[in-house]
Amino acid sequence: MSAFRILSKSPKFIIGFIIFGLILMASLIYPFVNTADPFEMLGSAFQAPDKTFLLGTDNFGRDMLLELALGTRTSLLVGVLSGVIATVIGLSIGLFSGYVGGWIDEGLTAFTNIFMVIPSFVILILISVSVETRSLFLTAGIIGLTSWPWTARAVRAQTASLRNRDHIMIAKLTGFNTLRIIRTEILPYIASYVVMAFIIQLASGILSEASVSMLGLGPYNTLSLGILLNWALMFEAPRVGAWWTFLPSAGAIGMITFSLYLMNLGMDEIFNPKLRS
Amino acid sequence: MSSYQKYFLRKLMWYAVTLTVAVFLNFYLPRLVRGNPVDTIVGRIAKGMTDTDAIKNMYDNFYREFNLDKPIWQQFLLYVGGLLHFDLGTSFTMYPRKINDILSSALPWTIGLQLPAIILGWLIGNILGAFAAYKKGIFDKIIFPATLFISSIPFFILSIILLYVFAITLKWFPSGGGYGYTVIPEMSFGFFKSILYHHFLPFMSIVLIMIGGQGIGMREMALYELNADYVKYAKLMGIRESKIIKYVFRNAMLPQITGLAMSLGTMIAGALITEIVFNYPGLGTLLFRSIRSLDYPLISACTLLITLTVLLANFLVDILYGIIDPRIKASQSEEVNR
Repeated sequence: MSAFRILSKSPKFIIGFIIFGLILMASLIYPFVNTADPFEMLGSAFQAPDKTFLLGTDNFGRDMLLELALGTRTSLLVGVLSGVIATVIGLSIGLFSGYVGGWIDEGLTAFTNIFMVIPSFVILILISVSVETRSLFLTAGIIGLTSWPWTARAVRAQTASLRNRDHIMIAKLTGFNTLRIIRTEILPYIASYVVMAFIIQLASGILSEASVSMLGLGPYNTLSLGILLNWALMFEAPRVGAWWTFLPSAGAIGMITFSLYLMNLGMDEIFNPKLRS
Repeated sequence: MSSYQKYFLRKLMWYAVTLTVAVFLNFYLPRLVRGNPVDTIVGRIAKGMTDTDAIKNMYDNFYREFNLDKPIWQQFLLYVGGLLHFDLGTSFTMYPRKINDILSSALPWTIGLQLPAIILGWLIGNILGAFAAYKKGIFDKIIFPATLFISSIPFFILSIILLYVFAITLKWFPSGGGYGYTVIPEMSFGFFKSILYHHFLPFMSIVLIMIGGQGIGMREMALYELNADYVKYAKLMGIRESKIIKYVFRNAMLPQITGLAMSLGTMIAGALITEIVFNYPGLGTLLFRSIRSLDYPLISACTLLITLTVLLANFLVDILYGIIDPRIKASQSEEVNR
């Protein structure tokens, strides 16, 4: 908890954390308050916000506020899952590559570089378009599997710079095995960095989901912020002037990514003293 | 061989390897997922169809188009052979238009939108970021948090907001398309004006966010450099401030160039979605339509073209980087001396 006490001194981190927390809580709690089926058509199409529908209705006459809450929840879940997958893969490859060095390092770095240049967006489209059904877990999985190279590269650089430090030499002489050295001598040094990388992966996972969903390749049988935007565009909501169908979901994506970047920046300023101005 | 030639050749080799992997993935991924893509596509299109002959016909057509009657290695060679002849096949939904033809009418729009937007956004962003780091004060206190907010919005979200505010509510700009319906595409002033008029909003939604993102990166880099030892030393030596600043920003620029290379893929992807919002007649909208109509050859041609563009752009940035960064030259000559 001491790490959190240090972080609480950064106003950037606190503001980001509060915004993110509020969005998360709202998306988790609202579906318990309003237990209706989000796919049920309750009103007429594109009804403007009023007392029954606080955020109006969409093109099918469904309650936008409920859709927004559930969509936010799904988007956050996809972001967390893909962020965890990307961070675990990136961390493993980066640690291994940076610590072991030699030809393994060269091979893994080449592998990482190749997948860093090939746009993950393209791989995401190619897989999404070919599978028969897409669950949100599949979408999250593909996003995670295509976005690790960035983390791997950063972790590798950090690990390689630690590799020849004295305390690691001592650990080696003591006879610790590789896993133990990585766990006790390297991980603690890069832990803050990995958390920051995870936050960025979480944000970019949410954006990736929104991008593929806007292309019409989102997960089936669920609501996400990208899917809501896709519907709004497909049914010409902007031209009808139904701002309540797309501005709230667009704003939600914007606020989530903003809060995450703000948290990341706050952490960066704390853990990288050089940045404190 | 000069050290730069060596650097160039090594980069070229790596990009050749990456290109091969990319082409292979573009070919293989759709086939990997479920044996072959035809089953899925025909299955989806034929949902609700009762005429078995029509389904069978469609199946055979798709089969031939993908050369699925041949073993996979032969399919891949045929695919690559086609690519080498710039033959990407025929579109399913716009039959019998050649995919080459469709792509070449969409590509100029995308390039005309993205290239100037990314370059201009990058330049302005870096200048502002450097300014914020150096001047601090109002630049750093007010403009920086505002920029941070703007840069954390994805391109397509800003596009939707701009579309709603400036095109639909205020009606200052058209809400979509590449040029007016009443304008004839020809080399005339009227046509050119119409293009610019339609170009403005999608262009702005990319530029504004580019400026934000790059500005923040540059500010951070410049702060790092300003706190570096060589700056303090140079100050103690009494070197003129303008000269120190030149050094600082030259060093801060370098990671910004690598940063550009690394994020090009995401950027281009985001800008493609912007096209969908404005119904702009480029690659993004084409991809969107081909996905909706399950025009398989067209989808795969679009993804391939996007990959090639990203690879080429990355390669150019890398080559440029080698010219600008003296450390690359130094490390190369060190290797030679060893």
